[in-house]
Parts: sequence; C-alpha cells; structure tokens
Amino acid sequence: MMQIGTASAKAPLVSTTRFVILNSLERIALQQSKRLQPLHDDLPLLDTGLDSLCIAILVAVLDDELGIDPFSSGDEVAFPVTVGDFIALYEHAGR
Amino acid sequence: MPAANRRSLWELIAAAGLPASRVLSDPHRRFALRDLRNGSTLDIAAGGLRGRVVLLHARQQMAAALAMAELDGVAARLILAPPDLPRSQLADAVAKAGVEVVLSDDAEAPPPVLGDARAGRCGQPIHNAQDSQPRDRDTEWLLFTSGTTGRPKLVVHDLQSLIGPSQSTLGATPAAVWSTFYDIRRYGGLQIMLRAFLGGGSMVFSDPAEGPAAFLARAGGQSVTHISGTPSHWRRALMTPTICDIAPDYVRLSGELADQAILNQLGHVFPKARITHAFASTEAGVAFDVQDGLAGFPASLLDEAGAGDVALRVRDGSLRIRSSRTASRYLGAGQPVLRDENGYVDTGDMLTLRDDRYHFVGRKGGIINVGGNKVYPEEVEEVINRHPDVRMSLVRGRSNPITGALVVADVVARSSQQGTDASADPLRREILQACRLALPPHKVPAVLRLVSSLDVAPSGKLSRLRA
Repeated sequence: MMQIGTASAKAPLVSTTRFVILNSLERIALQQSKRLQPLHDDLPLLDTGLDSLCIAILVAVLDDELGIDPFSSGDEVAFPVTVGDFIALYEHAGR
Repeated sequence: MPAANRRSLWELIAAAGLPASRVLSDPHRRFALRDLRNGSTLDIAAGGLRGRVVLLHARQQMAAALAMAELDGVAARLILAPPDLPRSQLADAVAKAGVEVVLSDDAEAPPPVLGDARAGRCGQPIHNAQDSQPRDRDTEWLLFTSGTTGRPKLVVHDLQSLIGPSQSTLGATPAAVWSTFYDIRRYGGLQIMLRAFLGGGSMVFSDPAEGPAAFLARAGGQSVTHISGTPSHWRRALMTPTICDIAPDYVRLSGELADQAILNQLGHVFPKARITHAFASTEAGVAFDVQDGLAGFPASLLDEAGAGDVALRVRDGSLRIRSSRTASRYLGAGQPVLRDENGYVDTGDMLTLRDDRYHFVGRKGGIINVGGNKVYPEEVEEVINRHPDVRMSLVRGRSNPITGALVVADVVARSSQQGTDASADPLRREILQACRLALPPHKVPAVLRLVSSLDVAPSGKLSRLRA
C-alpha cells in the first residue's frame, strides 16, 4: 500500500491515514454489501450506510494496517460522530 | 453394579483368548499379553497393592496399560495421570484422591512425590508373580478431564461404566490391531485400549516423542486395522505423507466436532474403511456412534430414549446424556454436580437441528459475543474447513471497542497453498466468500490469517485460548 512504509515525514502521515481509512471503509462496505453514501467529513458515521458491525470491522482492520486503536489506548475517547471526527481521532492518535 | 457380575479387566482379557500373536507394542518393545498370565511388571507384589489407592504416573503408555490390567480388581482406586499433567495439579489430585502408592516407570527420575505416598515401579521386565490375589474388588478408575477450557477435574468411573453393558458395538475382533493417536490415560484412548483388551485384539501405542509421521509408519508396519483420534489428530495426519502407510478397516473420530469436510477427506483417503464418529466425553462416556458418514446425528436418536441404555435430551440447546456409561461423579468437595436430578450429564455441547439432524455447533462456554449476537467458533470453522484447500482452522473472538468482540480466523492451508502473501490472497478471498454465502454477517471472520500450523493440546484437541 502506498507510502505507509515511508510516512516518516509529518504531512504525508495525515493524508496517508485518511487515505487508508477511506479506502478500508469502501472495501468493507463492498464486502458487506452496504451501499455507501458519498463521503464527506460532516457526514454522520451511521449515515454512511455502514452498520455497527462494519465499523467494528473497520476498527479491527485499521488496528492491523495502521497499528492504531484509539479506542483501546487507555485514554477516555469521545466516540466520533462524523466521518471527519473518526479520521481526526486516528490522525491524532497516530502522531 | 452387583459384585457377582464383576469380572476384572485381566479376566476379561484372558477370556478373549491369549494366543502368542496378541501383543502390545510401542516404539521400544513388543509385549505378548499371555506373559501376564503368571507374571507381573510391577515391583510391588499385588498383596502390597490390595485395597490401595494407586496413581499410575508412567511415561510409557505400555507400562500404564499393563499396570491397569494387573491392578483392576486389586486396587481400591486407579488414578490415570496423563504424562503432561502439570506438577501442581498432580499434587492436588494426590491429596484429593488419597493416593497411597505412586507407580512410575522412569528409572532416572524419581516419582514426583507426593505426600506420604509410597513409590513403586511399573513397566519392569516381566517376572513371576508369586502371590496371586483374588481380583474381586470394585476398583474405581479416576480419569482427568481434558481441561480444554479450565483446570482438569478428576471424574470417577469403574470398569463397568468404562466398558458398557454391551461391551462394544464391534463385539469380538480377535484379529484386530487397534491403535489411537490418543494417550490411553485419556478417555478416548482408554476406550480403544479396552476394545483391544476385551475383543481379543492387539494394540499399538502412540508415543509423543516420535511425531505423527513416524507413528503412522509404525502403525502401518504393525498392520493396524482399527484406529482412532480427534478430528485435529486426523487433520494433522492428513498432512503427513505416511498416512498412506496405513490401510485401516475402521477409522474413528471422537473428542471434537467431526465436520463433513474431515469425514469426506478420510473417506477419500481410506475408501474401504468404515468411518465412524462417536460422541463421547470423559464425563458422559460413549453415548453413540454415527456410522452413516454424515456430520451430526439423526434426530431420531433422541426419540429412541429408553431403547438401549442411552437416553438423550436437549435442554437449553445443550446435549444431556443418561446412560450406564457416564461417570458417577467428580472427585472432591466443592465440585459441580455431574449428574442432574434425573441422572443426566450435561455435556455442554450445543446442538442445532437442521434437516432432521442434530449438528454440534460448539461448546457452551466458547461463545463469541458479537454485539449481542452469539457465534460458536466451531460453526464458522465448519464452513471454512469445507474449502478443499483448507486443512484446519481456528476461529476465536478478538475484543473490539464497537461490538465487544469480532470473529477472527487462523487457517492452515494444504501445503501446496502455502507460499507468498500474493498467492495466498485468492484463497483468503474464496474462504471469506464462502463464509459470506453460508453465514450471517456477524459470523463471518473480520480478519482471516493464513498460518503454517495450529496448536493441538496434549488432549488431541485444538487449543482454544481465550482471546
């Protein structure tokens, strides 16, 4: 997968995280036969067309691909409401 | 059991005939059973063991088997310790069972002791036994549960419950050469040994030091005709080239769910063999054998309660068994009650009814809870194992902040499929696709890894560690 191995520079990490999340999200929707709405940062997660099982799978896949699980990091995590919140949570945790 | 009916294990062995061709064998030696007629392999005379509580703690299965033949009807209790039992649990059991004598066969290592118990040796060269004792005691046989999901418990059997009233569905099989992947200190292995003993056959013991390939080659060399193991044992055997060295008439699976894939594969490799899967556990005994080559068992078995001596019922989804073959109790205070008020033993094996057949879906305690939906690992493994390029699989829960848990799978492919990640990808996709077709979304593995091997516990069952 592009750039993950070389994402030591600051700016590309952010965009890579976003890329991986959106990419995984689309793949999971396809696998689970869910119709994905056009994604934008303000779209509520549960309006994307993904159910909670899909989001659970997304969290597991991101844990494997990015090595990040912001929900289990031990910090109190406010549950992300929108797609933008979700991405920000990972970008934040990855720094 | 009325004492008048009681015949000791040795009397039953002898009654089946003692031709010179009847032998026990392991990698190191062969032993003609007839030599036990006036001989002993113990260094304590039978008189010193009469009415005693005896722990059999042998490394070699043969040493333990011969001691069992010598001591049933003599000792008050025989405790069969599998060789891998951790020391702490051994000590625990010794205290609980009131062990007075520990018999071991390892000349280098002193017996692990163990309170005030006297140490003795089994597996000694055969020597004349001077003081032949009457074999008239109702010896209790104590076995350890496999402890797949917890600390092993000791369960109490006697020879009658181990053998059953009809002895076996096979009857006398004097030409049979029996073998098993199991250790004979475990219920599944003990059953095979008893069939060899009672039916007049010979027996080939497995040995943990030699591995499946060498064992199968040796079993082939001894012309084994009847052989048993868990589905996990058999999946490993199917990965072994020497599987072709054996040509059994009878292949038996027990101890774990036998899915259609493993039954078909064995049928393919052994087209002339009778392939039987049995429902049996240390606590519940042997309940029934299924001989039609199909996974699960016919629902009509449940209606036949009272016919024969086995009654089955399903309560809260799990199989309960009442028969003369169940153990009588767990040993020790504070243990769970083994039989309910009507004499049924709850096996903890969960069933589902499909097309007039009950299928095992998994263990009561093994449920993965995905957002409130229950998943049994075994039901997912059954679907994965149907893929022709899959040898075995292990499904487990992985904790997840959204749904509490998710289903994940580790899969061992046939050797031809192992290789680079790139070549593995189509296989992973095909397996997942098959799961999506057969299972609701929450049961489909969220993550599927191809691995080179899976852990099989000493009990012969897949190690199911808690996620």
